[in-house]
Amino acid sequence: MKFGVIRFPGSNCDDDALYVVDKALAPEGASGRIIWHKDTDLGAVDAVIVPGGFSYGDYLRAGAMAAHSPIMAAVKRFAEAGGPVLGICNGFQILCESGLLEGALARNESLQFICADVWCVVEGRRTPFTHAIPAGRHIRMSIAHAEGRYTHPEIDRLEREGQVVFRYCTADGEVSPEANPNGSMDNIAGVCNAAGNVVGLMPHPERAVEELLGHGGEDGRSLFLSALAWERGTPARVGGGAL
Amino acid sequence: MKARVFVTLKSGVLDPQGQAVQKTLGRLGFAEVQDVRIGKYVVIELDESDPARARERVNQMCERLIANTVIEDYHVEEVSPS
Repeated sequence: MKFGVIRFPGSNCDDDALYVVDKALAPEGASGRIIWHKDTDLGAVDAVIVPGGFSYGDYLRAGAMAAHSPIMAAVKRFAEAGGPVLGICNGFQILCESGLLEGALARNESLQFICADVWCVVEGRRTPFTHAIPAGRHIRMSIAHAEGRYTHPEIDRLEREGQVVFRYCTADGEVSPEANPNGSMDNIAGVCNAAGNVVGLMPHPERAVEELLGHGGEDGRSLFLSALAWERGTPARVGGGAL
Repeated sequence: MKARVFVTLKSGVLDPQGQAVQKTLGRLGFAEVQDVRIGKYVVIELDESDPARARERVNQMCERLIANTVIEDYHVEEVSPS
């Protein structure tokens, strides 16, 4: 499965994402390459990752400039054709700014940049990046952001449509106000589009694929393994934290 | 032409910056402060002599980039000769 990782000026998790798909998960059949934001064609890819960082220095709003980069027109075409797209942190912000995902990421309630390990419950929505993770399982990943407060003007509709994919929870899996790091509506850490093929989340799965590096052990691996199983078209269950 | 654009969070959206400023103003003795909202102020100079057309273009700019209308309101205050 070939992953394309978009690189904007100011991306800084692009190499981490590339490492996951091109090195760490190469034995599982993954490969990846970087795609420059000025390109207008994705080339032959099976999935797109919009990585984290501070594209365009977060000028105006996080993700606002990157959303209008030349490559984003190609990402939109790819997404509209049903291609799997994963936006991580700044990538999530970019997907919201570009209209590929609903809602917006506002300044954290605490006004602080938060760098912490968090737990997230994976909701039951079938997406390329979560279908193999048993619904209700909670996984550990890290967050590192100042604008992560998920806001949606019609939150009830988003909930009703089942577009919430990840929710911040405690280490015991309880979705509570105490587990909400940034003031996001309904503890939302990640959402998908109506079709389910575009997913965005604030936590960093790419930083949690090898036990050696900490940041949640290997729980983040499950998102990428889900995508690989999706591409193969085989039913699968992949790991994650304790139920 | 010169346009002045104000961008603020929509009234229903929590503004933690505004809250922090409000609290500090209270500590400074400005007890009458009831609410503070923080926004952005953008000045745009255009090569356009027709005010109506300039305003229309600036509105388009706001919709497409200057404001995120999911959470922000914008207000084009003035379109005047620079």
